[in-house]
Amino acid sequence: MTRPAYVIGVDVGGTFTDVFILDETSGQVSTAKVPSTRGDQSKGFVEGIGSRVENFADISTVVHGTTVGTNALLERKGARTGIITTEGFRDVLEMRRRDRPTTWGLKGSFTPVVERPDRVEVSERVLADGTVLEPVDVAEVKAQAKALAESGCEAVCVFFINGYANNENEKHAVEAVRSVWPNAYVTAATEILPEIREFERLSTATLNAYLQPVVSSYLDKLEKGLEAKGFGGDILIVQSNGGVMSIDMAKRYPVRTALSGPAAGVIAATAIAKAAGFDNIITCDMGGTSFDVSLVADNEAALAAQTAIDFGMVVRTPMIEITTIGAGGGSIASLDTGGLLQVGPESAGSDPGPVCYGLGNDRPTVTDANVVLGRINPDRPIGGKLARLDVEAARRAIDSHLATPLGLSIEQAAEAILQLANAKMAGAIRLVSIEKGHDPAKFSAMPFGGGGALHTGALIKEVGLASALVPRFPGVTSALGCVVADMRHDRVQTVNRLLDQIDAAELGAEMERIGDETETLLESAGVAFARIDRVMELDMLYLGQTHTVNVAIDIPDTGLTRQGIRDAFETAYREAYGRLLDGIPMRVMNYRIAVIGRRPKLDMAVFAPVDGKPAGDCRIGTRKVFADGAWHEAGVYERLQLAVGATISGPALLEQADTTIFVDPGLVAVVDGFGNLVIKPGA
Amino acid sequence: MTIDPVTLAILKGRLEQIADEMDATLFRSAFNPIIAEAHDASHGIYDAKTGDTLVQGKSGLPIFVGVMAFAVKAVIEKAAKQGGVHEGDVWIFNDPYDGGTHLSDFRLVKPVFRDGEVFCYLASVGHWHDVGGNVPGNYNPAATECFQEGMLIPPVKLYDRGEFRQDIVDILSSNSRLPLSLYGDLNGQINALQLGEKRMNALLDEYGDARVADCMGELTARAAQMMRAQISNLPSGTVSAEDFLDNDGINDEPLKIALDLIIDGDRMVMDFSRSSPACAGPVNISRATTIAACYVALKHIFGDVPANAGVLEPVEFRIDEDSLLSVRAPKPVGGYTETILRLIDVVFQAVAQIAPELAMACAYGTINALSLAGHRGNGQRWVMFSFFGGGHGAHGAGDGLNHGNAPISTATIPPLEILEAAYPVRFTQWALRPDSGGAGEFRGGLGAVYEIELLEKQADVFLFGERGRFAPPGVVGGGAGALNTFHYQQADGEHVPPMASKIVGVHIDRGQKLRLETPGGGGYGHAFERNPESVARDLRLGYITAEHTEADYGVVIGPDGSVDDAATRDLRARETAQ
Repeated sequence: MTRPAYVIGVDVGGTFTDVFILDETSGQVSTAKVPSTRGDQSKGFVEGIGSRVENFADISTVVHGTTVGTNALLERKGARTGIITTEGFRDVLEMRRRDRPTTWGLKGSFTPVVERPDRVEVSERVLADGTVLEPVDVAEVKAQAKALAESGCEAVCVFFINGYANNENEKHAVEAVRSVWPNAYVTAATEILPEIREFERLSTATLNAYLQPVVSSYLDKLEKGLEAKGFGGDILIVQSNGGVMSIDMAKRYPVRTALSGPAAGVIAATAIAKAAGFDNIITCDMGGTSFDVSLVADNEAALAAQTAIDFGMVVRTPMIEITTIGAGGGSIASLDTGGLLQVGPESAGSDPGPVCYGLGNDRPTVTDANVVLGRINPDRPIGGKLARLDVEAARRAIDSHLATPLGLSIEQAAEAILQLANAKMAGAIRLVSIEKGHDPAKFSAMPFGGGGALHTGALIKEVGLASALVPRFPGVTSALGCVVADMRHDRVQTVNRLLDQIDAAELGAEMERIGDETETLLESAGVAFARIDRVMELDMLYLGQTHTVNVAIDIPDTGLTRQGIRDAFETAYREAYGRLLDGIPMRVMNYRIAVIGRRPKLDMAVFAPVDGKPAGDCRIGTRKVFADGAWHEAGVYERLQLAVGATISGPALLEQADTTIFVDPGLVAVVDGFGNLVIKPGA
Repeated sequence: MTIDPVTLAILKGRLEQIADEMDATLFRSAFNPIIAEAHDASHGIYDAKTGDTLVQGKSGLPIFVGVMAFAVKAVIEKAAKQGGVHEGDVWIFNDPYDGGTHLSDFRLVKPVFRDGEVFCYLASVGHWHDVGGNVPGNYNPAATECFQEGMLIPPVKLYDRGEFRQDIVDILSSNSRLPLSLYGDLNGQINALQLGEKRMNALLDEYGDARVADCMGELTARAAQMMRAQISNLPSGTVSAEDFLDNDGINDEPLKIALDLIIDGDRMVMDFSRSSPACAGPVNISRATTIAACYVALKHIFGDVPANAGVLEPVEFRIDEDSLLSVRAPKPVGGYTETILRLIDVVFQAVAQIAPELAMACAYGTINALSLAGHRGNGQRWVMFSFFGGGHGAHGAGDGLNHGNAPISTATIPPLEILEAAYPVRFTQWALRPDSGGAGEFRGGLGAVYEIELLEKQADVFLFGERGRFAPPGVVGGGAGALNTFHYQQADGEHVPPMASKIVGVHIDRGQKLRLETPGGGGYGHAFERNPESVARDLRLGYITAEHTEADYGVVIGPDGSVDDAATRDLRARETAQ
């Protein structure tokens, strides 16, 4: 008998650790959900796999979307870190870009992750054109490094002004630091990001150093835990850009895991949608306090060049662009001082959570509105501690806080909460679609996580989306994403010269060289690829502008030319802004190279329901649901028992263990060949 | 027709989104960093009849929220004399006496027509890089008439019934030192208005004109209601606050800004009658600008009041004609930012007396517009122009923010690497300024030190700053932040400007340096109330230096850096008894 060969995706969340297992030999998949182990997540991780896999030697690859880095940043639980920098500039990290957290009200504060005494200066200076004005004194660097280590710093970041233009001084300094530093946690700013803009480069590099001890030790434990069970394969880590990297790269560049977990979810959504024939989707992840949206156009998730994890905590590496708004199940509905209804941003979260959880909150939330209107089954609660949700308490809260003051019925007020929450979510969807020039009629909403599927019907109506696509297992989407993610490395280098002054052939050759180098690195990870792609881009602008346009570049066999670059820029600029600005010189700010190793595709047909039943046989009852101003008798169905092709007209409720799907009146849901539910306006 | 509360809330969000999208369009496509990086621009939707602000973008410059209504009113009045506005018109102007602020701010106003009638106006304002005048970048501290500050364009048509008037652009371009930048910014503003019109029409098609109009009226009424509710929470009576500008750049005499704030039930009077008369130099402001600055101050204090005209309905302004706060042409107004920062400071100081829980101490209070200009070896002209940061005031819940942006703006500072790459300068220091935050139970945020060395053969230096003579006050017993200082080197040694923080066109040569040290914010509450551990921490972090722990805070720190509790108790008791 052939032995199984498992590829396993693991997503560790705050509450549950989700495991997705693919047996490449048989093509079979299975999933597991086990409680996360706080403190040492690697325990739950190994146990989760152990609950389904007998022999760890049968596992070829484990791919992991981790929130260890994200949480360490948000909770400020990184290592004590030192910074060695150019004389005169130790406060760059704390001074930021001279901003403030909120436009109105001057009551913000900021505490940098590295305290002022741990930021030390050495004499050295490079000018903007790359000239070394003053060489670095390595003896001084060593002395400073030793002092930092002795004072208790566990990690250190070396950052010199204008290092993007010439990192000679920085390199010498980094070598000197590494020669005396007691561990491997030494970050060089230009190794992380050789790009102009000192605060963004320093912030990214500092956060890398700050995360390194935390993420490295977690990954070490994970490796040991798996090895102890007989695992001998590869461990890959999902990066914020949606690609995976080797575990060794992750230990060196932990800042690239800042959005590892959410990125995995978007990758899975992309793969599921592509298999189902949907090229354009908007992923919607609704949690207790927030609603996260990402746009996937032509099967590519949009990437943001820079993300602020929190005020002043800027990470400038490509990350899946996730737009977050404060509208979740726990978002509180209230009246403002002018008597206007508002939902969020204040949230009851999951503890105490909605009123119906009975944990002490008495202000109505979005979930309470869903309960009152019959969309959530009070006898099958997904959160909270009650066996049955307290519908009456939810009604009372909506009545006293909203319905009575507004002169509405309880149902009307509850529906108003949903309409307003939907409007906010629709606004977020518009922000990532219409405002970026995409036509929503070409997009489908894909909800994942627990709450999204209650709202997608309303969202497609409100924004004018073509349809909604609800994956078969919305709850394990991120773990699935790990298994299907490609391997990806991004490189950037600042050029900052006028196009007319650039030797285009030389620039092209350099980009090819960096591309080759990166490809070698990719291949050294020992992972099998279906093929390897390269994406080459220039960040360009007209002389005098400060915001750049991404210009896709093809380097022909005959080499790159200025005319080729000019044409590519004009195409990109016209697309972004409409009008070209003739006669103004162009500048090349950076080049960017992404090398992507495409992993073999998972056949999504493995999710197709086996022995499915027609809709009528899956109907388990009816429930009264309030929608569009009236009560309806809606059919309730067991979602996972539905056969391919089963069709259900709204209003209807489809239930499964980790989510409830509401098909609004006027919409029709059909099970496709992959087990997804496609919801569209009825004919 | 009554409008249901749900539609109202939804339309509010949709309208705000249109204004936000116009902001984003200009920020992305603008040429000059003052718009692209510092977001010195704004967009909104205005009433068809009165020009009142209906909705304003959230990401634009705060001071423009409120002042833009005056710009739209100016266009409505001008157009009325010429037979009204027409579909496809776009008006452009920068007359500060009609539309507020200063000559650098160019406003474009476009009517949105529905069925042959104006439904509303859209407007865009942006700070252009150079609009002529005596000083590159237009911060001329020696101006005595607006003609020395730049070109003054009254409301004229940039588009006439849809037809683009290149002659207007030619006039504007030939009056700027940086015509390409001007052209790029102008294009960005046109893009923003066109996008706004498209979105507005789509919204009106979806919801119907009447419903949207009702909703706009209702939002204004509710804003007034909210503001009245906020005012009602304040105790009735009168409080006063005064603060001073160092000088007007021409005569070295302080200028007074005095506020008598009268609370009467749910109404408020802001009486500035005791303020100085109009001055010779460029720190005068128009009445429109004064009102807009008060709006900014109130919105910082009350937070959730919306950005529309209703907010000012329960507020009465008393501002004398031809005073510093209500000037007419051709009095110079180029340095308006300094005066409005001081206006915000007096509002903060007055409110702190009656509502300390809402109050913030004064922020650093000067934008420090610094320009360095010269020619490169190849004869090409360069102008480096930037604003610099300082500390925010402390408040009842914590210390002030270090190195923040001015209350009137959300501007970020350009990266020094970008400045060094673009101009022949080298920064030798870019750091926090110890001891610059006002002492208090909560300490003011720290200002900054910026030191710049010239790398080209020579350059002219211009600075327009304030707070060189009157430091940012604390509130509720807190101390003041440090004064603004500026030093420049010349062959004969180091100098300070005769007008404290204002200087026009001094020459410096290669290798010579400028050093700007900006104020911190004021403190909140008495410094002896500050937790001694916080003082020890400030000392350890170098936010304050050793000589200030005892003198300012009455805290005795031992040789190991920890608080000597007994000695601190004694010292505080002794000092308090005196």
